[in-house]
Amino acid sequence: MTARQTLTAVIVAAIVMFVLPVFFDVLNLTTFAAYALLALSLGFVWGYGGILCFGQTAFYGLGAYVYAMTAINTGEAWSGVFLAIVIPAAFAAVLGAMMFYGRLSDVYLAVVTLVVSLILFRFMNTTAGEQYIIGKARMGGYNGIPGYPTLHIPGDPEAYIYDENLYYFTFIVLVLCYLLTRWLLGSPFGRILVGLRENEQRIELLGYDVRARKTAAFAFGGALAGLAGCLYANAAEIVTPELFGLGLAAEIIIWVIVGGAGTLIGPMIGAAVLGYLKFVLGLRAIKEIFGKDNPLEAPLVFGTILILFILFLPRGVAPTVQGWLSRAPLGRGGPARGGQRRRTRTERARPNA
Amino acid sequence: MDLAAVVVYEILYTVAFLTLISAGLAIVFGMMRVINLAHGEFVLLGGYAAIVSHNTLGIDIFVSMLIVSPLVVAAFGVIAERLIIRFLYGRLINTMLATWGLSLAMIGGFTLIFGTTTTSIKAPFGGFEVGEFSLSGYNIFIIASAVGVILLIFGVLKFTRAGLIARGAMQDAGVASSFGYDTSKVYMVTFAAGSALTGLAGGVLAPLVGIGPTAGSLYIAKAFITVISGGASVVSGLIASSGFFGFVSQFVTFVTNSVVGEIGLLVAAVILLRLLPTGISGRFFRNRL
Amino acid sequence: MRRGARDGVVEARGLSVRFGGVAALDAVDFTLADRELRCLIGPNGAGKSTFFKCLTGVLRPSEGDIRIRGVDCVGAHPHRIAGLGVGIKTQVPSVMNGLSVRENIWIAARKRNSTREANRIVAETLERIGISDSAGEPVGNLAHGRRQLVEFGTVLAGDPWLILLDEPAAGLTAEEAERAVDIIVEMNDRAAIIVVEHDMHFIRQLAKTVTVLHQGRILTEGHVDSVLSDPLVRDVYLGKSQ
Ligand SMILES: Nc1ncnc2c1ncn2[C@@H]1O[C@H](COP(=O)(O)OP(=O)(O)OP(=O)(O)O)[C@@H](O)[C@H]1O
Ligand SMILES: [Mg+2]
Repeated sequence: MTARQTLTAVIVAAIVMFVLPVFFDVLNLTTFAAYALLALSLGFVWGYGGILCFGQTAFYGLGAYVYAMTAINTGEAWSGVFLAIVIPAAFAAVLGAMMFYGRLSDVYLAVVTLVVSLILFRFMNTTAGEQYIIGKARMGGYNGIPGYPTLHIPGDPEAYIYDENLYYFTFIVLVLCYLLTRWLLGSPFGRILVGLRENEQRIELLGYDVRARKTAAFAFGGALAGLAGCLYANAAEIVTPELFGLGLAAEIIIWVIVGGAGTLIGPMIGAAVLGYLKFVLGLRAIKEIFGKDNPLEAPLVFGTILILFILFLPRGVAPTVQGWLSRAPLGRGGPARGGQRRRTRTERARPNA
Repeated sequence: MDLAAVVVYEILYTVAFLTLISAGLAIVFGMMRVINLAHGEFVLLGGYAAIVSHNTLGIDIFVSMLIVSPLVVAAFGVIAERLIIRFLYGRLINTMLATWGLSLAMIGGFTLIFGTTTTSIKAPFGGFEVGEFSLSGYNIFIIASAVGVILLIFGVLKFTRAGLIARGAMQDAGVASSFGYDTSKVYMVTFAAGSALTGLAGGVLAPLVGIGPTAGSLYIAKAFITVISGGASVVSGLIASSGFFGFVSQFVTFVTNSVVGEIGLLVAAVILLRLLPTGISGRFFRNRL
Repeated sequence: MRRGARDGVVEARGLSVRFGGVAALDAVDFTLADRELRCLIGPNGAGKSTFFKCLTGVLRPSEGDIRIRGVDCVGAHPHRIAGLGVGIKTQVPSVMNGLSVRENIWIAARKRNSTREANRIVAETLERIGISDSAGEPVGNLAHGRRQLVEFGTVLAGDPWLILLDEPAAGLTAEEAERAVDIIVEMNDRAAIIVVEHDMHFIRQLAKTVTVLHQGRILTEGHVDSVLSDPLVRDVYLGKSQ
C-alpha cells in the first residue's frame, strides 16, 4: 500500500469517525467498531489465509475474559489490554499448530474450531462455583463478570476513557489494526500467504513452510480477535459466556460472507451494518409493531440473509461492487469455498481493499 | 456390583443417544458429502412434531414418536434439499454455510411458533431399581431404538437395491448415474431418509430432553463430531465413534460431573481428529459398510 | 558411465511405492550425477510421476532410501526438500491461479532472496521465458501452454540445482517447445535435471542418457539412440509387452 493510499484511508476514516456520532448512539458505535475489528480478524484469516475458522469467537471471548480478569486483579486496564492480545494469540498459535501440523482439511478445521469455542462456552457456563476464582477475579458462570476497571489514561487509573472518548479510542484502534493488516498483506509474508491460499502445494514445493505460515497467520487473527473482545468488554462493562456462543460464531461468519471474504473493508462494514440491523430488530418499537408473533426474530432474519447470500451472492457485496467499479469481468473471488477456486483479478495480489 | 451395572447401563444409554442423533447426519455425510449444520434443529423439529402430535392432537405416543416425527422431518428435509441444498452439491463449505443459515432461520421459526419456553412429553415407561439406584426404564427403549436404527441402516444398505445404489454412490458419485439412475433423485431420497432418521431421534428423545428453540446446539456438536470422527463408513464408523465417545464422556462424567463429561467428549474429539484425520473408519474399517 | 555411490546428486535405492495392491514403483534404483540431464520415459502409469512425488517428499515411499546430495529425504517435508534446492514442475500445472504471472514468479524468487533482489529476478525470468507481455495477467486466465511456462518460470526463479520436469512439453506450441528446450539446456549449466516426457522428438533434442520405466521397474537405461531403437522399449510403448 502506498503512502498516498494510506493517507486517503486515514482521511476517509477520520471523516466517517466524526460523522457517525451525529446519527447514531456512541455506545452502539463503540460496539460496532469492536465487531468490525472481529470481522477484520476473520476477514484476514479466512479471506486471505484461506483458513476456514468457524470458531473465531473463541479468541474474541478469550480476549474479553482475559481483559476483565486481569483488570480486576491489577486494578488498572493496560495490563489487561496487553494480555487480551497476547493470550488469545498464543492460544491461536497452539491450536493452529495442532491443526496445521496435523494437516486437517478444510471441513475438519471448521469443525475443530467450532468445537473448541463450544468447549469454552460450556466451560465458562460452569464457572459459577467458589473454586473458579483467579486471583481476585470470580469467573461467575453464566452470569459472567461485571464490574471490572475499564480503560483509562495510562498511569492514572481514575481518569476513565468512556462514552465518546471510548468510541474515538475504539475507532482509532480499529483503523490502526486495519492499516497494520494491510501493511502485513503487502509485505512478503502477506503476499506469500495469499499465494498459499491459492495453491498450498505449490508454495510448499517452492520451499516455504506452509504449516508455520498458516499458524502465524492464525495467531495474528487471534490477536486481532482478542483485542476486539477487549474493546467490546470496555463498551459492555460485562463479559458473559455468550461471547463464546454459537449465535455469535454464526454472526461473524455472516458479516464476512455478506461483506465479502477476500477484502478487508467488506467484512468490517458488514459487521457494522448487520450489527446495527440486529440492534434495530431488538428494539421495543419493532417488537411492538408485530406484538407477540414478531416475524422479524433476529435469527430468522440473519439465517435467511445467510442462505440468500450463499445461493445468490456468495462473493459478498464488496467484491461485487469492486467488480463493477473496475469493470472487470471477473472480480476477486476471495477464498476458495468448497474447493472451487475461482480465477481472480490480479491487482489484488497486493491487497487493495 | 450394582454400581458397575449402573455404569454399564449409563454408558450404553449414552452410546445409544449418540448413535440416534448422529445416524441421519452420517447417512447424509457418507453418501452425499454434505454436512447439514441445521441437523440439531432437525432433531428439534422431530421433537416438536412428537409433542404437538401427542399433546395437542392426542395421537398415540408411539405413533407420534416413531411415525409422525420421521415423516414430518423427512418432508421438511425434502423441501430444504430442493430449495437450498441441491444448488450447492460438490461445494462442501457452501453447503455448511447455507445450512447454518437454515439452522438460524429454524431457531427463529421455532421461537415464533412455539415461544421460547422448553416443552416436553411424559415418558411412557416408569423407572426401575437396581439395588440402591433407580434407573429410567425409558432408557432401555432408547437403547433398543438405537439398535433398531443400526440394524435398519445395515439391512437397507446390504440387502436392498436402493442400498446397493447407495453404496455405489458412497464410493463414487458417478456410479448412480452410470447405472441410469437420476443422481438428483438419489440425493433427494437420501436426504429424506437421513432426515427421517433425525426426526425419529428427535421423537424418541423428546420425553427425555427439553425441547426449546435453541436446544439444537446440544445435538449439533455431538452429532457432528461423532460422524466426522467415524469417517466415511456409515455403519462401522457410527458404531465405533458412538461407542468411543459414549464411553469417554460417561467415564469422565463418573469421575467428575456431567458438564466436565461433555467437555471431555469434545476434547477427545479434537484429539482424535488430530490423530486420525480420516476418522476411525478411515483408519480401521476402510471399504466396509 | 558408472559412477560410485558418492557422486550422485540423487541416489534412490530399492524405492517402492504401493497403492493398495498396485505397485506404482517396485524396487527402483536410480542415480543421477551432478549437472546431468536425464530423460525418464515410459508408458502411461509406468510410475514416473510417482517417482517425482517421492523425490519431492509429497509421497512417502513404502520402502527404500532416497538421498539428495547425501541428505536422507525419506519422510522429509516437501518444503525441506525444496529448501535444499530442488525445483519441480508438476504434470498438472500447479500455479497460483488467482495471482498474476509476476506475483507467481516473485513468490518463487523471494524464497532465497531479498525483496529487491527478487524483483530483479522476476524481470529477468519474465524475459527469459518470453512472457513479459502478460506479466500482469492472472495466471488462471492464461492458456494451458502459457501456464506451463509460468510454472517453468517459478522453477527457474528459485534457482535450484536439481530440477524435475514432469512433461514440460505437453500442451506447448512448437515454438514454445523450442523455447523450452533452450531454457532446459541453459538451466543444465547450473543444475542437474530429470525430464519426464512422451515426446520423442523433444527427448532427442535434450538428453544423452534415457531411463525407461515400465510398470514401476526400470526396464533399461542407456544412450538415447540405443534406447529408443531398442525393440523392447518399442513394444512397451506399443503395449505389446507385459
Ligand atoms: N494416489 C494414488 N492412489 C492409487 N494409485 C495411484 C495413485 N497415484 C498413482 N497411482 C497409480 O500408480 C501408477 C503410476 O502412476 P504415475 O502417475 O506415477 O504414472 P506416470 O508414469 O506418471 O503416468 P503418465 O505418463 O500417465 O503421467 C498408476 O497405475 C496409477 O494408477
Ligand atoms: Mg505422470
